[in-house]
Amino acid sequence: MSDEKKPVITEFTKGLIKENPTLVTLLGMCPTLAVTTQASNGIGMGLATTFVLICTNTVISALKKVIPGAVRLPSFIVIIASFVTFIEFIMKRSMPDLYDALGLYLSLITVNCIILGRAEAFASRNSVLRSALDGAGNGLGFTLALFIMGSIREIFGAGSWMGIQFGIETPVSIFIMPAGGFFVLGIVIAVVNKLAKKKPPKELHCAGCPNEELCEKYRCDKEAKAS
Amino acid sequence: MTPTLIVILLNAILCDNFVLSKFMGICPFLGVSKKFDSAVGMGLAVTFVMVCATACTYPIYHGILVPMELTYMKTIAFILIIALFVQLIEMLLKKNIPSLYKALGVYLPLITTNCAVLGVTILNVDNEYNFLQSIVNALGGGLGFALSLVIFSGVRSRVNSADVPEMFKGIPATLVAASIVSVSFMGFSGMFGI
Repeated sequence: MSDEKKPVITEFTKGLIKENPTLVTLLGMCPTLAVTTQASNGIGMGLATTFVLICTNTVISALKKVIPGAVRLPSFIVIIASFVTFIEFIMKRSMPDLYDALGLYLSLITVNCIILGRAEAFASRNSVLRSALDGAGNGLGFTLALFIMGSIREIFGAGSWMGIQFGIETPVSIFIMPAGGFFVLGIVIAVVNKLAKKKPPKELHCAGCPNEELCEKYRCDKEAKAS
Repeated sequence: MTPTLIVILLNAILCDNFVLSKFMGICPFLGVSKKFDSAVGMGLAVTFVMVCATACTYPIYHGILVPMELTYMKTIAFILIIALFVQLIEMLLKKNIPSLYKALGVYLPLITTNCAVLGVTILNVDNEYNFLQSIVNALGGGLGFALSLVIFSGVRSRVNSADVPEMFKGIPATLVAASIVSVSFMGFSGMFGI
């Protein structure tokens, strides 16, 4: 493994900003758009996902020699779904308001491509400690992105922040509507591109997506047939 | 009041459009909407899997999970059924209906982790729909997904040829365009009163 020489802490810090899963590699867009009508919902969703990421990365990394290659994706999905069910229990019990606000999207953490992506691209190849740190870094990076999105949408769309009212009488309510979600995410990614001074990604690339191998295979097959 | 089937269908296609108002299946929406042909193929494949997955998960939920009081296991059960089922459809189509496989086959492996499919099965359970209502809701959701993909593929070809500022090139411009399409779908909101 080529990165074994790098200090362990970089596994944690890289996911926060440099390789932020949402804003730089553009994974896990569905929850980013769906639950960020309030900053506090964004944090709740982000931390729930972080918990699942740390647990699944640790478990998958520990079991990487036991799981046969052919059935690894179904095994990963079962491990992820178990932890999602676990966090659903905890939230229903201790934070019923947040549980109701996140609703369906809490179950949908199971199919968040960040989690499967990290499991496939990182945890199944690295040591337990590195995988856990990688999960924590990526999860907190995701939380940060959700918090930024949620803050912008809540301030403009509802005239409040973390539940604190600003006393604005006519907030621009389109910001908390679905259309505003797409708009704010577009702007935030554009700003990140500008700050990072790099060419924005021209299209969604599959890096880290568990289906990448399959898509590539199918694309090649199709092209071979066409030519 | 139980909504009639046609209301559920139209509501799922237009008001509660899976992509533009529920934000499910954003990855294929952004990834596959570059060409008209692939948008139609992906849309139909998702519709097909959504209807079949609903038809499979409904009996399992109400026949096994509810009587045994295991409803909290639904996330695990549903995702496994969907993963298994997509694999099965792929094999069946390849063997029996090669023409359909040729049209949809490329998109099938991508669908397992599409949140719209898991989303619709959980949504049917949460809304306490009966079997027929669930199937119609899944059909509407799938058709709505296909509709938004097809419309957006047209919008996107214009966006790609437009001269946008450097920092907006690529995904940011696409997202802003998606927001405008989403505004047009807001016109339908509240139309069917559910």
